[in-house]
Amino acid sequence: MPVRRVVVTGLGAVSPYGLGVEAMMRGLRSGSSAVVGMGAEWSRAIPGLTCLVGAPLAERYDPKSIPRKFRRSMGPTAMMAYLAGKEALAQAKAPESLHESGRMGVCFSSTTGSAASLANGFEAYQSKAFPGGVSSSLFFQIMSHTCAANVAHAFGVRGRVVSPDAACASSAQAVGLAFEFLQNGKQDLMLCGGADELHPLVVGCFDLVQASSHHFNDTPGKTPRPFDKDRDGTVCGEGAGAVALESEESARARGADILAEILGFDTLADGGHLAEPRTESIRRCLYNALDNSGVSADRIDYVNAHGTGTIAGDAAEAEAVREVFGEGNVPVSSLKGHMGHTLGASGALELIASIEMLRRGCLIPTLNLEELSEDCKGVDHLRNGVEERPIRCFVKNSFAFGGINTVLVLKRYEA
Amino acid sequence: MTEPELVDRVKRVLVDEFELEEPDLHAQANLYEDLGLDSLDSVDLVVALEKEFDFKVVRAVDEEKIRAIRTVDDICGFIVQKMKPVAVRPEQA
Repeated sequence: MPVRRVVVTGLGAVSPYGLGVEAMMRGLRSGSSAVVGMGAEWSRAIPGLTCLVGAPLAERYDPKSIPRKFRRSMGPTAMMAYLAGKEALAQAKAPESLHESGRMGVCFSSTTGSAASLANGFEAYQSKAFPGGVSSSLFFQIMSHTCAANVAHAFGVRGRVVSPDAACASSAQAVGLAFEFLQNGKQDLMLCGGADELHPLVVGCFDLVQASSHHFNDTPGKTPRPFDKDRDGTVCGEGAGAVALESEESARARGADILAEILGFDTLADGGHLAEPRTESIRRCLYNALDNSGVSADRIDYVNAHGTGTIAGDAAEAEAVREVFGEGNVPVSSLKGHMGHTLGASGALELIASIEMLRRGCLIPTLNLEELSEDCKGVDHLRNGVEERPIRCFVKNSFAFGGINTVLVLKRYEA
Repeated sequence: MTEPELVDRVKRVLVDEFELEEPDLHAQANLYEDLGLDSLDSVDLVVALEKEFDFKVVRAVDEEKIRAIRTVDDICGFIVQKMKPVAVRPEQA
């Protein structure tokens, strides 16, 4: 059976800039940082925590906007996934009949279940109040597929429900797998993406592996610093990104607006180390995704980097991009200088921002890239304000602890 | 605790925990058919009642009684049983 073309028909975002795709794009275009000091709160939670900055939602959502019968099984991670999914489905205008048809699925994930709910569970366990003293919904908030299950339940989806947990590459992998389900005719529409919430427990894990920024606690807006010589680690953020992916056939049949086309995807294991990213495996993933897309490297107009601001990760990624695309041939930026690392949401949120750049004909630079690091040179880093420039094809990189690399290739839709 | 006080406290638990509307909570309102609770809610109801009335439900002993609860009135009856010998007095005239 020939593979089907797959298009984007809806986008939804809950980002450190606020609720909705527009709020995120306004924030990114403004060039202001969403990273703020979290010192007092986090030091109380974890004395000795070195990273005291984060990118929480600038605008709180009202949990009660979610009906209780759905909300009770959601921690903040799943609530944000729901809100982003709702926005994406509203834009896609997918009818209820499609939700219930068995031809629509959900592929959504996060780094873990809700960290706040996990902490509550630990507390109850330690105080011997577990399991009797906790809500029956706790399990549904902390289970690893909390986003996928809750999103599918809330929107009455009856097709495939998959949660490809892959830490910080979770949502990019979710989009890629959904793409393959649609290509192969297994489903007609997939609501896909990822989410994660900001919690000291999560930041502590990054501290543990010495991947978090800690030299900028007094100047939060100056970190993370992707590709900069003074970068010292990443900064955790929170949010959710949701993408409605659909077979071109289904989208055209129901007259949906098509926002972009997804052409290629690859995900693979580093094979060498769980925490040390290697150029060789990133390069391999880029080549595979380009090969899968049928687009040659010289046709790519923009690379949205993973670029977390870690010392090893940025250097390995810059070198791989240079090797695959040639020295200085393709503009590159990371959006983590703006929004921090939204972890399980980052792949989808940054993909959504890149799709909006493609639609609006602009490129957003890397914030906090002031002096290029020697080991990140040889790449056309965007760092001088927003450029109004049409782009046709772009690549989105997303990598994760655990040695997981993921690359997506998208282009402007042409019938 | 008087009987009306008991009923008020039960209603408060139902309003706070399950976001139900107080006018709907008449004595014979069926928790599942009229008020829309389900099996997970029934677990949370027990936890909430334990906290509110400071008693402990013992699964092996109370399982059948809990399963038999259908109405707001049934909840009150269960609590009266659990709280013996603490007296629940009829309303003072």
